[in-house]
Amino acid sequence: MTGWAALDRRTVVVAALLMAGVSISAGVPTGIGIAQATSIGTALLWLLPAAALLVAGGSAVEYVRWRRTRYRLAPGRVELRTGVLVSRHRSVQRDRIRTVDITADPLLRAFGLVTVRIGTGEQSGAGEASVVLRPVRAAVGESLRRELLARADGRVAADGALATLDPRWIRYAPVSFLAPLLGVSAFGGVLQVAKWFGLQSEVIDRVLGLFRGVPLAVTLAVLVAVALAVGAVAALGLWVEMWWNYRLDREPGTLRVRRGLFTTRSTSIEESRLRGVELVEPLGARLAGAARVDAVATGITTGKDGDKPDHRTLLPVAPRATARRVAAAVLGEPPFDAVPLTRHPAAARSKRLRWALGGVATVAAVLALGGVLVAEVLLHAAWVSAVVLVPIAAALAVDAHRGLGHGLGERYLVARRGSVRRATVALQRAGIIGWTVRQSIFQRRAGLATLVATTAAGAGAYAVPDASCDDALALAAAAVPGLLDPFLEPPPAPVPTNGAFVAT
Amino acid sequence: MTTTTTRRGDLRLRPPRNPVDPRAVGWWRTTLALLFGVPFAALVALGLLIPPARAWFLLPAALVAVVGVPLVLALPRWWYRVHRWEVTDAAVYTRSGYFWQEWRVAPMSRIQTVDTQRGPLEQRFGLATVTVTTASAKGAVKIEGLDHRVATELAERLTATTRATPGDAT
Repeated sequence: MTGWAALDRRTVVVAALLMAGVSISAGVPTGIGIAQATSIGTALLWLLPAAALLVAGGSAVEYVRWRRTRYRLAPGRVELRTGVLVSRHRSVQRDRIRTVDITADPLLRAFGLVTVRIGTGEQSGAGEASVVLRPVRAAVGESLRRELLARADGRVAADGALATLDPRWIRYAPVSFLAPLLGVSAFGGVLQVAKWFGLQSEVIDRVLGLFRGVPLAVTLAVLVAVALAVGAVAALGLWVEMWWNYRLDREPGTLRVRRGLFTTRSTSIEESRLRGVELVEPLGARLAGAARVDAVATGITTGKDGDKPDHRTLLPVAPRATARRVAAAVLGEPPFDAVPLTRHPAAARSKRLRWALGGVATVAAVLALGGVLVAEVLLHAAWVSAVVLVPIAAALAVDAHRGLGHGLGERYLVARRGSVRRATVALQRAGIIGWTVRQSIFQRRAGLATLVATTAAGAGAYAVPDASCDDALALAAAAVPGLLDPFLEPPPAPVPTNGAFVAT
Repeated sequence: MTTTTTRRGDLRLRPPRNPVDPRAVGWWRTTLALLFGVPFAALVALGLLIPPARAWFLLPAALVAVVGVPLVLALPRWWYRVHRWEVTDAAVYTRSGYFWQEWRVAPMSRIQTVDTQRGPLEQRFGLATVTVTTASAKGAVKIEGLDHRVATELAERLTATTRATPGDAT
């Protein structure tokens, strides 16, 4: 493949169908609206030409784009020519290519087409650094992926699947934070649709009518329960769409995640870009004994694309043992099991309790002030919220402290933090490219310090919050030998560079 | 597990060797004075122009003055004592902040870009800021309040070192 190649010609048909879909979904409600005001004939007379224009216009634009887009795999680089009015030529060095993602939405799949996104992992804007080929035939996409990522010349044996989907994992979908969010947005959606048809007040009246004579508290409880149930169902559906056919493979030099029921996605991460993994346990999942595994890799741009947070997910929420096994398989060693974590001092707990109770006190004080100045009911809200929130806040604070920990393995720095979102990161010591030590006045008094390891991968910085000052500095000095030593007082004793190290 | 490290009580980071330029005190003081002075002046002017609402403008103005004057007088001296920097053959090392003190270390081998900036106020004081970035989105090290000649020399030296380092420093 050295000559210039075109995208698949059927993209014009896909665009036409897409525009037809847009016309129908936008035209039907509009049509109903017009038909109610005038007659069906008038509505059709207005809308059919508009729809035809939209479909023809969309297809024409897509045809021109198809004609003007050419790509080729030259030796050492990938080139893309685009642009209708302003022609644009993008050339990407092949040894800079970090990720090759293949996605196919249902429409493309029906034609056997895929979208290929070739990423270089520049930190700049997501659109700048990648070459997007939409669409090419599925087989072409697959061969592009193979060719572009085949630099490891087969030295690493293909291990095959590191993990495949276990349908029982779906039980963790409803406990995610997504479920209540989806439930609430379902209510919003219903009201919005009702508004389009001018039925909003009618819907609200109908619902209020259902609850006539029922106490307010019961009404609220029922509505919340309905929202949660709807949210749970929606979360299940979303989970199936996102994670169906999931499998994690190790191919020579790359990790590959494949998933999706309707829209299929394939993400390939070069292993030399991997700087570690993160074991993430959102509160609901943690209570259910489950965890998710995210990759900490350079060159995974976090852009505006909707599915980016899942972009680096190597394993969906699964039983903790499975998550640890997959993490160990990805890293080639089990840092989460092998590295004992040092707990953080009690002062870190006091700090968290102070913050938590301070937050509750602020809420209560604002409500109480409102109660004195505005309405007496807020005074009750103040003490009720204090009674309810104090135990919750205190429990979260104590749990957050219990979660804090850090340790050092032969190759990995392990740090755990968080309560609502507990995350344990295993960061390659060789991937740490700087340190930040932070100390507020209060931390200084309590002998605490926050150590932040900066890295080119993932979030860019991973923190060990509120460790004892000694531990934090000893950890930093031991994790990257030589970097911090010249700046330490007293000068550190020689530290063994092999074997696990635990700051005492 | 070999825990041969001796218990090293009271381990701490020593201050970097170099203070910033003494003129930085004046620069910080001017910045702070502008920060508090502009709202103060605006409030006082409004208070004098709109007699019925005089108290509503002059009271906040007094508050701004009460908070601002001690800060303008005291903070820059504090900052001057805290803000220090050092560049060794192996690393760039800075200390900054007061209420939240921050020590930053970036190894020479991981530096990607070196920027020198001079805002209008800094130019008045003959100062410059050197920003050293690494491949991490959050690992930039900033040295404020340097004499502009020192800053230029430093930037050249860092750039030369960086150029000599192979690889993409990730």
